Amino acid sequence: MSAVPESWAVVLLAIAATYVWRGAGVLFSARIDPDGALFRWVSCVSYAMLAGLCARMIVLPLGGLGETLLLDRLVSIALAFGLFFLWGRRTLPAVALGVGSFVALAAARNVGLFG
Amino acid sequence: MKEADNQTPEPTARAVVLRGCRDAFGLPVVAVAGGMAGFGSLARDSGLGLGAAITASVGVYGLPGQVAFAELYASGAELFAVILAVSMGNVRFFPMAVAFMPLLRADLRRPAWLFALVQLLSVTSWAAALRAFPDVPAPLRRHYFAAFGLVCLVAGAIGTAAGHVATGALPRPVALGLIFLNPLFIGLLLADTRVTMTILALIAGAVAGPAFHLVSADWGVLAAGLIAGSAVFFFTEARLRRGRRA
Repeated sequence: MSAVPESWAVVLLAIAATYVWRGAGVLFSARIDPDGALFRWVSCVSYAMLAGLCARMIVLPLGGLGETLLLDRLVSIALAFGLFFLWGRRTLPAVALGVGSFVALAAARNVGLFG
Repeated sequence: MKEADNQTPEPTARAVVLRGCRDAFGLPVVAVAGGMAGFGSLARDSGLGLGAAITASVGVYGLPGQVAFAELYASGAELFAVILAVSMGNVRFFPMAVAFMPLLRADLRRPAWLFALVQLLSVTSWAAALRAFPDVPAPLRRHYFAAFGLVCLVAGAIGTAAGHVATGALPRPVALGLIFLNPLFIGLLLADTRVTMTILALIAGAVAGPAFHLVSADWGVLAAGLIAGSAVFFFTEARLRRGRRA
């Protein structure tokens, strides 16, 4: 499953697809306005896509997260974002609370707490 | 920037490199290794081997694109859709490099080096560099950036390996917590903005993503980004223009 050479080809393509932006940035630096309308549109699309991907991973997970309850995932996300916005937008404490509550809920379900 | 009449002597290249390493150890290393550990476990969950996962972390070195990669790879989406999603996930490197890389250019005899240094560019290294650069002489800034960036890159590789290995060994709820780290961490990074257009794009995308996924597992997330993002862009631009005319 993991050893198929095909996955390596995809990894290398993914690396190239990312490096294109870095390399182009070096090439065009000082010759392009990073605040222009085209950039604003591209950044809008990429923000929306990433938000869509994160929401999909939480609401409709594909892999192992599918074993967990939607309610537990949503509660943990809400706790993390709540702490983030209430406590000076600190990322690490919010991540710790979100993951911690998620693990606690998943473990509690495993031993039969909360049904 | 160091002024000519400053009391303290100009720092040496060695001192700047050491400072870059020292600044990296601490929160930056924890954040990068933690995020990449999440990716490592997601990669394993998606059927990627240890070597492929580490290579993706070091080579792509942008968590959103990596997560898009592992997710779409696992869903068995078309190759072109996978690559396009990775690329879109990391498109921010273009404006970042445009704005940041000229800061490393002072007295650089071989500008080709910039094409190597740009691989170390991340939100973390960008923020640290901007904080440190006022005290670092312009020709030594790339020394600081390279030292800081390499420590973070290595931490990322180690984190990826740890997450990948740990997913098999940890109790299942903890392993699932590492996978859960991915959408949570990226979501929080994205949410740290006060730009109205970006906030609207995030909300519209978060609603459209799952909905479009139900229509097409291959293209749903990409289409959601394109349609929701463009709608927000044109709506906001039109309002701005109307506001200016009024």
